[in-house]
Amino acid sequence: MKHLLQQILQSGKFLTGFIIFLFILLLMIFYPMINPGDPLQTISIGTFAPPGTYVSMYDALDTELNVFKLDNAALNRLDSVLKPEDRVEMIMWFESAGVKVDVTLNDTEALLAAWNEYYDSSIQPSGMTKAKRNYYKRLNDNITRMLATIPKVIAKISEESGELVEVRQIKSTDYINTNKVANVFNLPLGTDNFGRNVLKELASAIKTSLLIGLIAGSVATLIGLTLGLVAGFLGGLIDDFIMFITNIFTVIPSFVLLILISYSIGQEQRGAATVAVVIGLTSWIWTARAVRSQVISLRNRDHVNLSKLSGHSFFRIMVADILPYIASYVVMALILQISAAILAEAQLSMLGLGPKTTEVPTLGLMMKWSMLYSAHLNGYWWSYFPVILTIALISFSLNLMNTGLDQVFNPTLRD
Amino acid sequence: MSGYRKYFTKKILWFAVTFIVAVLLNFILPRLMPGDPVAVIVSKNAQGMSESTAVIEMYKQYAEEFGVNDPMIVQFFTYFKNALRGDFGVSFSQYPRKVSNIISEAVWWTVGLQLPAIIFGWLIGNILGALAAYLKKGFDKVLMPVSLFLSSIPAFGMAVILLVLFAVKLEIAPTSGGYGFDMIPNFSWSFIRSIISHYQLPFWSIVIYIIGGQALGMRSMSIYELNADYVKYSRFLGIKDKKIVSYVFRNAMLPQITGLALSLGVMIGGALVAEIIFSYPGLGTTLLAAITMADYPLLSATTLIITMMVLITTFAIDFVYGVVDPRVKAAQIDS
Repeated sequence: MKHLLQQILQSGKFLTGFIIFLFILLLMIFYPMINPGDPLQTISIGTFAPPGTYVSMYDALDTELNVFKLDNAALNRLDSVLKPEDRVEMIMWFESAGVKVDVTLNDTEALLAAWNEYYDSSIQPSGMTKAKRNYYKRLNDNITRMLATIPKVIAKISEESGELVEVRQIKSTDYINTNKVANVFNLPLGTDNFGRNVLKELASAIKTSLLIGLIAGSVATLIGLTLGLVAGFLGGLIDDFIMFITNIFTVIPSFVLLILISYSIGQEQRGAATVAVVIGLTSWIWTARAVRSQVISLRNRDHVNLSKLSGHSFFRIMVADILPYIASYVVMALILQISAAILAEAQLSMLGLGPKTTEVPTLGLMMKWSMLYSAHLNGYWWSYFPVILTIALISFSLNLMNTGLDQVFNPTLRD
Repeated sequence: MSGYRKYFTKKILWFAVTFIVAVLLNFILPRLMPGDPVAVIVSKNAQGMSESTAVIEMYKQYAEEFGVNDPMIVQFFTYFKNALRGDFGVSFSQYPRKVSNIISEAVWWTVGLQLPAIIFGWLIGNILGALAAYLKKGFDKVLMPVSLFLSSIPAFGMAVILLVLFAVKLEIAPTSGGYGFDMIPNFSWSFIRSIISHYQLPFWSIVIYIIGGQALGMRSMSIYELNADYVKYSRFLGIKDKKIVSYVFRNAMLPQITGLALSLGVMIGGALVAEIIFSYPGLGTTLLAAITMADYPLLSATTLIITMMVLITTFAIDFVYGVVDPRVKAAQIDS
């Protein structure tokens, strides 16, 4: 046993897979500790707040100021305000006004210098409509306002007279330290369509999905193992019957059975555990086939015959004489079943047959909702890409561990 | 009886049995569940209806259509007879369209998309796997983890990634549908071009999804064969490497053909969900629509058609396998 473990840990593939898996587990365990609370809680009012650090504007106003004179502040300000379409329009203006300038879209400094030098609202390039000229005028005003350093005034409504009373002036050189603001928080992956914290939901979804994988994998392995052992060892009519069923279900896709059963159960009864059991019930076929063929090659070995002659019970022969030989296979099959079950849940959820949304988050449900809200078409990558990546990494790490184990147990496959 | 005839008769018999079981399951699973299926459907469809007589009428109509008043066995034969004739009743969600009408439109999109994609992905995967086993070293070191990672990305994930990359960011492919939404199907160049451009992303996402797994399978099969005794013996006899390699890959290919037949269900299932991402007008999208609209007749017919597709393809592969592998004939003659 010790030797075996040593061998397994020396396998680079197993180790890589194990480390990736460990990393996912750590995320699952530790993020909820840093950021406790209900993962399904709606925190943002709008949908799909992008990832980043959020600073309360209200609190920031009452925070102590520091003054910095930075050369590039004005430029940065403009850089973030000038939309790509505005930049294109600016270059179009140069062209239609017949000004030869050599600027690129992303070089804000050069673009601005050229604009300040050449733009003149009195020029009326031929073929430009009045509306367009007005647009340029507005754009120019915006730019001038952004570059100007007039202080902004924060005012409050006076309770007595209803007039605006100045509270504070904010200059373009005023800065606050985010550490001093009362309400600052970080959303590494933004929020989703329900306004939930995506990372927190993801950590919780990984937990549920792994649990679904574990339950489904155990159910499938247990059924497959039992049927395989019974069929392979007893043979005869029982074997024929079990193989008949197995052969039929190898051809009838389990995907279809899964859909039919999940649909029949109905939305109300479909919790994560139910879905897991249903997935397990439809995916034991492979294990059963493989276990059966291994048992057939084992059942006439000398040590098994000796056990039979000694009058040992069926159960004892199974546990003592057969199982040790197929244990490595069963463990590998279980690993693959877990990864397949996680995928099956995701696909079921995408079809709308996953667990109830309001109860628990799962990887599939997160994917389904972000697709329903067309997150992929609107560029809200944070709501779907981490989910795809997580599914891929879980499955990748499990497959890698499986390949590593395979190479340890089957020397012919070693490199 | 000749070996082949025996093999094919056996296969056809299996086909018939599996078909009957598939229809039986399709019929019985929704009815096995606790509660009255008609009541469930009516309650889903009658949401927001206040008039009780209307609900009762609705119940009566569906009960009639399902034939729930007859004994189970009679119901099954009616269902079976109708299924054989391709009559699946009227769709709830697209009333008064016939289910068979909806399905026959969708099925060709799916077949046209998935059949070439699966065959192409399988071929490329096998070639890559064989190359990795033969070349070893650098090629294998790169290909092995890459295929393992590719095979770990679900088909729908691949679809989303390709869609965002090529349709949203680079804007070189359309985002959804089977053809331009402003077009009416006809035989013109612009329509065919539109179909081809809409075909690319779904096609490649299925191909990439399949390549990884197949490459891995072929790789380990080839390594196994390359280590076999007959290879060493042939080398010893001085047979040219090229000749040996052709034997090896032929032998490694055979389990891959069976493997294709056995993993077909999983592949098609994954590809159907990928279809949904592109709103491709195939069975995947039909399935989603049937589930979201609680359109029971449509769902039942779609799952049956998908099962049929898998059944037919599996048996087609079995037939090919019987012809390709000489051992099949030999085994049948022996017994």
